[in-house]
Amino acid sequence: MGKTLQFTLNGTPVTLEVDAERTLLWVLRTDLALTGAKYGCGEGLCGACTVLVDDEALPACQITIGEVAGREIQTIEGLARNGALHPLQEAFAAVDALQCGFCTPGMILKAYGLLISNPQPSRAEIVAGLDDNLCRCGAHLRIIHAVEIAAAAMKGGRS
Amino acid sequence: MKRSGPRETPTPRDPMADTAAGLTRRSFLKRMGLMGGGLVVYLTIGDGAGTAMARAPRQGFLGAKVPSDFNAFLRIGADNRVTCFVGKIEMGQGPITSFAQMMAEEMDVPYASVDVVMGDTDLCPWDAGTWGSLSTRYYGIFVKEAASEAKGVLKSLAAEKFSVPVDRLQTEKGTIFDTRQPSRRVSYGELTAGKLIERHLETLPPLKQHTAYTISGRPHLRRDARVKVTGEALYAADMRLPQMRYARILRPPAHGARLLTVNTAAAEALPEVEVVRDDDLVAVLHPRPDGAAEALASVKATFDLPKTGIDDRTIFEHLLQKAPPAAVAAEAGDLAKGAQASVTLLEETYLNSYVAHAPMEPHAALATVAGGRATVWASTQSPFSVQREVAGALGLPDDKVRVITPFVGGGFGGKSASAQAVEAARLSQRVGRPVMVAWTREEEFFFDTFRPAAVVKIRSGLDAAGRMTLWDYKVYFAGRRGCENFYTIPHHREAVHGEWRMAPGIHPFDVGPWRAPAANTNVYARDLHLHLMASLAGQDPLAFRLNHLEDARMRRVLEAAADRFGWTALKSPSGKGYGIACGIDAETYVAAMAEVAVNPDSGHIDVKRVVCAQDMGQVVNPQGATIQMEGCITMGLGYALSEEIRFSDGRLRDRNFDTYAIPRFSWLPRIETVIVPNPDLPPKGGGEPAIICMGGVLASAVYDATGAKVRQLPMTPARVKAALEAVG
Repeated sequence: MGKTLQFTLNGTPVTLEVDAERTLLWVLRTDLALTGAKYGCGEGLCGACTVLVDDEALPACQITIGEVAGREIQTIEGLARNGALHPLQEAFAAVDALQCGFCTPGMILKAYGLLISNPQPSRAEIVAGLDDNLCRCGAHLRIIHAVEIAAAAMKGGRS
Repeated sequence: MKRSGPRETPTPRDPMADTAAGLTRRSFLKRMGLMGGGLVVYLTIGDGAGTAMARAPRQGFLGAKVPSDFNAFLRIGADNRVTCFVGKIEMGQGPITSFAQMMAEEMDVPYASVDVVMGDTDLCPWDAGTWGSLSTRYYGIFVKEAASEAKGVLKSLAAEKFSVPVDRLQTEKGTIFDTRQPSRRVSYGELTAGKLIERHLETLPPLKQHTAYTISGRPHLRRDARVKVTGEALYAADMRLPQMRYARILRPPAHGARLLTVNTAAAEALPEVEVVRDDDLVAVLHPRPDGAAEALASVKATFDLPKTGIDDRTIFEHLLQKAPPAAVAAEAGDLAKGAQASVTLLEETYLNSYVAHAPMEPHAALATVAGGRATVWASTQSPFSVQREVAGALGLPDDKVRVITPFVGGGFGGKSASAQAVEAARLSQRVGRPVMVAWTREEEFFFDTFRPAAVVKIRSGLDAAGRMTLWDYKVYFAGRRGCENFYTIPHHREAVHGEWRMAPGIHPFDVGPWRAPAANTNVYARDLHLHLMASLAGQDPLAFRLNHLEDARMRRVLEAAADRFGWTALKSPSGKGYGIACGIDAETYVAAMAEVAVNPDSGHIDVKRVVCAQDMGQVVNPQGATIQMEGCITMGLGYALSEEIRFSDGRLRDRNFDTYAIPRFSWLPRIETVIVPNPDLPPKGGGEPAIICMGGVLASAVYDATGAKVRQLPMTPARVKAALEAVG
């Protein structure tokens, strides 16, 4: 208990007194009041809690807060800048790539991680890249389309 | 951090702010206060002819408690914004958009000036629950009537203001003007400002004709998309209150297990943990959810475990043994004569496994109970039922309980039951603090109200000319919906043995409504069987259906699907892997065609393409309707191919997504949807119909590809391989 940890959260340095063994998801949702990352399965099986850790999309339910010390965390709350949506967010909204919206933050961050490592993915690469993120409403084809639109808009950049 | 729920007005954060319930005049006044002022135009509605009651009778369990006063449905702000109140909830199916369209259209206000408040028992008119594809086709008329009537009252106010007859006035974009002197113009907000008006309209204005629509019938994007892509959208588990506690509840390892001993000493010794024992409810509470989980892990309990001998293989025999007598859904002719007239008989039995709802959002509720009042934020499809259940559990009158429904992360029927809300309320009452109960995925599976396992037995016959003479249909425990035959068969009987609802001693766990309850099972069995019949008759399966079909709407959707699919006559099994299914659900007609490939070595089914055509009458939001069709087709891949709950002695084997496989990106076929226009028919259901075809269309396609009759859903690789081996 009570270890001081530092990391970067959505571009801002954060210092927390926290048990290093605690799960990143619950620290984000409870201690930091960032509820965009959702609990869906608790076992890294659904992707609803996906965040970026040093640009890698990972399930926050499978990471301890101690493991992210000194690293950069990106959550959905930090994606829009000064009220302007990120191209991925724009594209999801523009083609209705969501229904209930519960998987959406994790889906967008998973896609963001994919586009950072592979800025111009083929359709098959998008499918493979998102396949571990579950959507129950059946927005899949629109999500693939949204990622294609965003990739084109980002032109290999981050936004 | 900005927070918002499905209401576009701010969520009241003070849980004690108001607990008025029922849409009495007093509650309208309260609502005005609760929502920060603004004005409501009052109308006293009698019960006689000429009132809203006459146009859409508020009768039956769906409508009896729906208020007839239009004020229940809308509020006109001094800023000219119109707030639309509906008792339905938003779980992804899109009514937050379509209700705004209907309200704007009928009131003649800009679409963007309408805000929608949903599922709040203090603010919204009563509703039975969000299910059955009823929001648009049933509740929609209430919204349209309210809007139309409000517009009529506003016109009469404007007539007085300008001292001109009402018929000289026209409405346009939230204003009313004098047609002879168009500069004389007043906005709705100006008319209502500063006044409280009670008025009875002697004659109701007619609803608009669809040909005059400029907002309804046009595609609109989701209006909640922005808050959902930024993470601002709040779901029940995201709610926070000062001093709140997260609860975890001791659960049995199996259904039917009885708690013998429990030792909470280790949990009690942990810092910040509070243990609650309240009859059957043993819970640990902690300021953080992971703290509560740790505390629960330290609770030691023993259970008496049941030995039922029933598992996912023996369940079907059990169901047949327990089957109640038939309720006959439809019959004509004489089955014995039908059998005599047949030269070919086909008798088959079809099975369906238990299927989970598995919404991405598990059930969650935050409750705060104090001072004889309760407020509950719940992920639920039935806020008014939750209000009654919570009130009952707490010993409070219904009107002391307020249920607020934030965005719901998928329901599909599974959140018609919301036991978590009662759990949270009981615990909050007990500890005197707000309590969150957010089910884990394991709890979500364990306490799901599954789609029931079911059996369908069909005995059918063909005469020498290849016409169906006999259709003897028995469905066990799936239920009636979708079992009725729309084909012309002289001797038929559809017998329903047991419904999808819970019945004592039948199912080993709870069952309940699953998107288009019963219809998925019935259409699967009917369409696979019809495909086999066509094959026996030596006919193309599409022509075979059309030869027995007089219903013009059904012929149209089948032909529309065939046209888009490019169906060409075949004799099944043709090796092409083409399937057909069609049916009627929520008064909507739907037909689907699919192409599959089957891997003979693995038994894996690759769905290559699905075409779906649907006649749903008038369509309020074609974009939303299309997306519902796509969602149904995608979700339906699951119950057709992979989804089933395996269990024995009340213990579930599938309790997370590692073994319970729902559709993924890599499963997706090409999907094409066709909305068959029928605008003169009032709107019919859109949230469920397209899913009913998925079992039948894929099972018949697998038969067409291989000759394998897969008589059980889901068509797992093992079942497909077994069926292939039977073909030889």
